Amino acid sequence: MAWFRKEKKRLTKQKRELPPDVWAKCDSCGEIIYREKLADNFFTCPKCDHHFRIGPDDYAQLLLDDGLEEEFDADLRSVDPLNFVGPTRYADRYEKAIRKNGRKEAVVTGSGRIDDLNVKFGVMDFGFIGGSMGSVVGEKIARVAERALDEENPLIIVSASGGARMMEGVLSLMQMVKTSAALGRLHKSSVPYISLLTHPTTGGVTASFAMLGDVIIAEPGALIGFAGPRVIEQTIRQELPEGFQRSEFLLEHGMVDMVVPRPELKPTISKLLQHMVG
Amino acid sequence: MSQIGQLKKMASQRGLNVDNELKKLEARLDELRAETFKSLSPMERVQIARHAQRPHSLDMIERIFADWIEMHGDRSFRDDPAVICGWARLDGESVMVIAQQKGRNTKENLKRNFAMMHPEGYRKALRMMKMAEKYKRPIITIIDTPGAYPGIGAEERGQAEAIARNLLEMSLIEVPILAAVIGEGGSGGALGLSVADRIIMMEYAIYSVISPEGCASILWKENTEETRNQAAAALKLTAPDLYELGVIDQVVDEPEGGAHNDWDVAARVLRQALTENLKELTKRSASDLLDARYEKYRKMGAWNGD
Repeated sequence: MAWFRKEKKRLTKQKRELPPDVWAKCDSCGEIIYREKLADNFFTCPKCDHHFRIGPDDYAQLLLDDGLEEEFDADLRSVDPLNFVGPTRYADRYEKAIRKNGRKEAVVTGSGRIDDLNVKFGVMDFGFIGGSMGSVVGEKIARVAERALDEENPLIIVSASGGARMMEGVLSLMQMVKTSAALGRLHKSSVPYISLLTHPTTGGVTASFAMLGDVIIAEPGALIGFAGPRVIEQTIRQELPEGFQRSEFLLEHGMVDMVVPRPELKPTISKLLQHMVG
Repeated sequence: MSQIGQLKKMASQRGLNVDNELKKLEARLDELRAETFKSLSPMERVQIARHAQRPHSLDMIERIFADWIEMHGDRSFRDDPAVICGWARLDGESVMVIAQQKGRNTKENLKRNFAMMHPEGYRKALRMMKMAEKYKRPIITIIDTPGAYPGIGAEERGQAEAIARNLLEMSLIEVPILAAVIGEGGSGGALGLSVADRIIMMEYAIYSVISPEGCASILWKENTEETRNQAAAALKLTAPDLYELGVIDQVVDEPEGGAHNDWDVAARVLRQALTENLKELTKRSASDLLDARYEKYRKMGAWNGD
């Protein structure tokens, strides 16, 4: 018996040794995809259309003509204002996130072009402490909104976030007001703001700048909501319906304007902007 | 306390004058009590903020304002009883009062949903704020909620959008907004009514991005007395903490031990603070108010680099 089991283990191990930089496995249907082909397919599964999680650089490449042409405020860093001591210190976790991600915060902002139209652009990084919004994320979003207003460039923000960064306490909550107030000034002008919601967008980010777009677009199947599904389940003590808080659910309930698959994103945003300011 | 009682009893039995002794003991008792309340842990303060006998919004409204008249509904879906809105008078002047209302017993709490608002509550509040703006009356919001309601209907009807909309609109409302946190300032649910020119907070009120319980279960992975205490301390959620962080403008004293010990005194002190702050705010022009409100939130937070 013993050597049968051993044999089995070795087989699984061999399987896992597929070079991960060459092959990717679909989280949804298990399809093995050649990585190069995945990029050609807008990081969606050719078999089931599952949208892979991608980072700020990929979104900039996908949506802008020439990627991010200038990056803003890349050096802003969090300072651990509460000196937050949890099971791990916030300051340590922050340093670790910087080492892992190679950038200093959970949002990248800058400028670029969409079909030759100058735009201001922000994209969140879920890989950076769950895309949580602390002082720096709030500040960068407010600044990019102010630049959009000053230079009359449309603003595009791609959201992905678990919500406010609780290690910055009530200061992170105040970033919701800061970003919403900056967008309030934009709303009074005729500079468009298009919000793109990706998987997942919840909590304080949804309850501030993410839901304030003139037009709100969601990627297919993204989890979008105020409260997380687990919190809701614990509160109401019943199972949540199938598809609850997914993009298609929000479209049905009138909370987003459209659900757009990744290959169609850029042409859709471009078309909208042409109507609004072209 | 038992010593004072004994002394009183003995004195009355024997017809002795012990006033001096009594005074000394009572003074010592006051000192000890004051020390105890000064050294309350953050989690103990959370418990006072949630105390079953703490005065709620309506208890305060009836003690502070005159001519209160409640109005209902968001004109789109339903009336949310977790938030009450109406005209009232403070020192003879009309104001719009918008307040989160907790229940005192199970029946009331079922009606009030423990002061956890639905999207239609935020939309009702916004409708009332726009009405105040139309008639150029200042707005007073009274904050006391564990948070916005996390439920199926709330998500279907856009809880996040409703709160976000209020944040945006409140930053543009052209009349003074004064917010008073009287109990629990529960995260986005409190924030959706508290974008204000001035925020005042009662001494034992709390205001936090997440409850100590929630924070403990997420960061510490377990919600125990110990982790709750640690989370409450780490979150810096007490009124003095928030004052130090520059998020609120004033801490309003409470009767010793907390507002539940004397509602009338608590209301009188709060009334005084509301009156003084409103007097100051109503002097300013609309454009000054909006600029200052924007700048105030624009500066919040802490970061390195420019």
